Amino acid sequence: MDISMSWLKDYVDVDCSTKEFMDRITLSGSKVEGLEVLGDISKVVVGQVKEIEKHPDADKLLVTKIDVGSEELLQIVTGAKNLTVGDYVPVALDGSILADGTKIKKGKLRGVPSNGMLCSVEELGCDEHDFPEAPENGIYVFPTPQAENIGKEVKEIMDIEDEVVEFEITSNRPDCFSVLGIARETAATLGKEFRYPEIKVEAKAGGNVADMISVEIENPTLCPRYVARAIKNVKIEPSPRWMRKRLRSAGIRPINNIVDITNYVMVEMGQPMHAFDIDTISNRKIIVRNAKENEKITTLDGVERNLDPSMLVISDPEKAVAIAGVMGGENSKITEGAEAVLFESACFDGPNVRITAKKVGLRTDSSSKFEKGIDPNLALEAVNRAVQLVEMLGAGEVIEGVVDCYPNKRETWKLNYSPEWINGLLGTNVSADEMADIFEKIEIKVDRENCVAEIPTFRPDLEAQADLAEEVARFYGYDKIVPTLAAGTPTVGKKTYSQTITSMVKDVMIASGMCETMNFTFESPKVFDKLSIPADSKLRNVITISNPLGEDFSIMRTVTLNGILNSLSTNYNRRNEEASLFEIGKVYIPKSLPITELPDEPSKLTIGMYGKMDFYTLKGIVEHLFEVLGMADKVEYSPESTIPFMHPGRTADVSVDGVSFGYFGELHPKTAANYNIGTRVYIAVIDMEALIDNANLVNIYKPLPKFPAVTRDIAMLVKDEVIVKDIESVIRKKGGKLLESMSLFDVYKGSQIADGYKSVAYSITFRAADRTLVDDDVNAVMNKILDGLKNDLGAELRDK
Amino acid sequence: MKDQLKAIQEKALLALDEVKELKELDDLKVKFLGKKGELTAILKGMGKLTAEERPIIGQLANEVRGIIEEKLEEAKKSLSEKALEAKLKAETIDVTMPGKQCACGHKHPMSIVIDEITDIFMGMGYEIAEGPEVEKDYYNFEALNIPANHPAKDEQDTFYINGDILLRTQTSPVQVRVMEKGKLPVRVVCPGAVYRSDEVDATHSPIFHQLEGLVIDKGITMGDLKGALAVFAKELFGEDTKVRFRPHHFPFTEPSAEMDVTCFACGGKGCRVCKGEGYIELLGCGMVHPKVLKMSGIDPEEYSGFAFGMGLERVAMQRYGITDLRLLFENDVKFLKQF
Repeated sequence: MDISMSWLKDYVDVDCSTKEFMDRITLSGSKVEGLEVLGDISKVVVGQVKEIEKHPDADKLLVTKIDVGSEELLQIVTGAKNLTVGDYVPVALDGSILADGTKIKKGKLRGVPSNGMLCSVEELGCDEHDFPEAPENGIYVFPTPQAENIGKEVKEIMDIEDEVVEFEITSNRPDCFSVLGIARETAATLGKEFRYPEIKVEAKAGGNVADMISVEIENPTLCPRYVARAIKNVKIEPSPRWMRKRLRSAGIRPINNIVDITNYVMVEMGQPMHAFDIDTISNRKIIVRNAKENEKITTLDGVERNLDPSMLVISDPEKAVAIAGVMGGENSKITEGAEAVLFESACFDGPNVRITAKKVGLRTDSSSKFEKGIDPNLALEAVNRAVQLVEMLGAGEVIEGVVDCYPNKRETWKLNYSPEWINGLLGTNVSADEMADIFEKIEIKVDRENCVAEIPTFRPDLEAQADLAEEVARFYGYDKIVPTLAAGTPTVGKKTYSQTITSMVKDVMIASGMCETMNFTFESPKVFDKLSIPADSKLRNVITISNPLGEDFSIMRTVTLNGILNSLSTNYNRRNEEASLFEIGKVYIPKSLPITELPDEPSKLTIGMYGKMDFYTLKGIVEHLFEVLGMADKVEYSPESTIPFMHPGRTADVSVDGVSFGYFGELHPKTAANYNIGTRVYIAVIDMEALIDNANLVNIYKPLPKFPAVTRDIAMLVKDEVIVKDIESVIRKKGGKLLESMSLFDVYKGSQIADGYKSVAYSITFRAADRTLVDDDVNAVMNKILDGLKNDLGAELRDK
Repeated sequence: MKDQLKAIQEKALLALDEVKELKELDDLKVKFLGKKGELTAILKGMGKLTAEERPIIGQLANEVRGIIEEKLEEAKKSLSEKALEAKLKAETIDVTMPGKQCACGHKHPMSIVIDEITDIFMGMGYEIAEGPEVEKDYYNFEALNIPANHPAKDEQDTFYINGDILLRTQTSPVQVRVMEKGKLPVRVVCPGAVYRSDEVDATHSPIFHQLEGLVIDKGITMGDLKGALAVFAKELFGEDTKVRFRPHHFPFTEPSAEMDVTCFACGGKGCRVCKGEGYIELLGCGMVHPKVLKMSGIDPEEYSGFAFGMGLERVAMQRYGITDLRLLFENDVKFLKQF
């Protein structure tokens, strides 16, 4: 909301600097967003053209002599064509500054000295809407003689100076979307008197509007009040300079006196108005009703709009003449020679206007005011203010009387309050009287004895005691509330167990050299094809956003892989040699489709990397993670060849007690190609929930061994398809109690090994808790192990 | 015999002076003192001596042995030291060559900011609460005193799944979920992703992060709100940080405020970043609206509380001087490795 300081000062004295005003009103709740200084020009004065001669060396230039009130005439070269001797014009002197910041200096134009510049309205920061008489391309020529003003600054003479303060008004304060609303706040903030405009109407035309028009409201919920007054002998002309200036300050384009008056009242009082040609209303009967199915109206901007029954229209018995609160119809527009004009000042339901404006795609100054909610009690004053301005401007003669259809009057309401409670909430010690003073400043009537506040109807936001507490705080000063640290019942600040595990996972990833990433959680349904996920996969049961930013952002992900693969692709295609990325993020799994209850949102750890590494680099990281979480012993790794986007021979499933909780391995080269990655990619996806459930952070001490260990190395020949996991399970089973640990130290295929076989070598360590092992002990166990390997896996001990 | 012994001593000492390598020492030891060595050979002739001579010569022989052994020891020590010195010299490396680094991972800047802020609040007794991102309209709006048709619902440009279910537009619904659990007092912060229908550009993203805070106890005042947030701002931005509270409006707090902090760029003098104000808007806050307390089953006559919420991307961008929000989601390692 842009507010002209000069307009504001009509209703309240602001005797501090504008800067101080802006600071203080911001701290009392009307936040200032910016300041625009209009007419910020200097050394541009009124001058009179005394001589005009042709430039000796340039056909398109003229050499003028200008009287600017100094002893000598000023020689100025100009390209303008609209000058005659005797014209009064704005003259930018040597050293002057124009509206856009340009500095004017004297100099030579094609060899002829020029001591300044003659100005157009644009150079003064204005346009043809401020000065309709200004030529389209040319120097501004004052329409009346300015002999007494020669040499004076034009910003004063032309009245172009002003300061416009831009406010951010919050949605709870529709009353502040007006000059008067801000004036009321200003008065309360600065401790000044708020002067409400004196509204008087002479109504010289006599008669009575009630004889000219009748109004019927069919839907009082959507239109609580409809007020109208009429004028006749309308003279349509441009409105005077002061009114145009004020409309411009509010960002509104002046049109003609009648339209300008409606806009002026809207800016000043916050009441949108509409003016009709009364002759276009058939039967002289206005009906405020819901639109009919498929009804159409051509609005003032010439566009045909489709209406539906949720929308409210102003109509006569035959046709709609306006979309209520949004825009008038072309069919009732005021044209030259209109005999009588009807001013509508009505109150429409905010949400309904908002939805209508959205549906018809037409958000107007009027609709944006209505959608915030307007006090119906404003309508009568506003229409009177409008016809008062008609009289002031001589735009017509006002007819007596008012049509006022107001089925359910909005009354003031009373709120009990307790100064103790308010002080208790704020942590202040404001006296009851001080509170009452604050309330009265903002037109709340107070019964001081009983602490009852009577709320004016323009403050619907004041519904309860807490709202009154805010009013006290605002004017007492938020800055004066003393900061304290809440004592109360102490609480322990800590992470939950699952948050702790999540932090640990992150720490392990980072310690393993991975960079954490952030990815979008909604994506394109095409992701499933990109990952070759079968058509009947459950993963394709997705939650779809009904109003997405586009198909690419339309489903909530059920797999995390796409985000990290896109990130790897970005890195790969930017020629980054390696990238090791991870993300801890959610997937969104619907319980049923279409969804009726909230989905599950399990978190996944996703790792994605490429560069100098192989499968076992990734496995090392995964193993390290399980080790840190104290769950390494529980995890089983098995070959996994069924995940469509993973390499069928280089993927492992991870499980605990037979329950799978993730997989890792090499990405399928086809999938890598789908993401434009031309190298091997390693991927891990692990359920965070399983990590949280299986982590074991509390360790019990085991006594250190007292007796020495014995280590035996064996190398065996097994068929290629025998996996290490099976060998180890035999060793573990046969090794019994004495087995302490085993470690794989060699896997070899080559010249001395038959095709289809490999050599696998283990170092096996035995230890007893109660004695030193002797060879016989160990030999016995080793024999069991070797037998087991031979019988179960066909392993042959290799000759040393 | 005496002379022979003396001669051996001299010969041995002379030889030992000449020794250059440890290996030679052992040879010399054998040569003079070994079982078949020269000294032993002479002592074999002891039998021919008289009873008077024998102890004298015996003592002398022991002295000679002692002297040679001592000298041997000396030579050994000095040679070992020289050998070590030479070895260390030979091992000299260029210490200015680059080190072998272990792979170093990096936390995402958003995570760093979230962790830093949650750590501050944990130190003040706050727990970390979480809630769903796919959320019910009730929790995101209605229970926060934002009824159907409220303009705030439009302003926030909500992504809807259906009429009742949406992507949360703020972390505030977690407030309601925490209150509904009914465990009092409450001190929580809730960081998390939120969704609004904004096209991606340098300063907008349809997915971004917020952190919400909620305190409910008996006798909580607006002074407590100011105190807690002032401490937080000093912890986050430095001891000299000043805060400013301005009245504002949020449907779920009353009174409501926005908190500004001294501009990080100019320290409060006024500059382009803060548009000359000296302050930058950081968060919205207020006393929990009695209606909201009541809807969540807490008696507003007995309990009061405050809540606050802030956008985290802005904090991260200001802190790290990041000018384009898209970098946060691009995950280029050249970017990530800077944090």
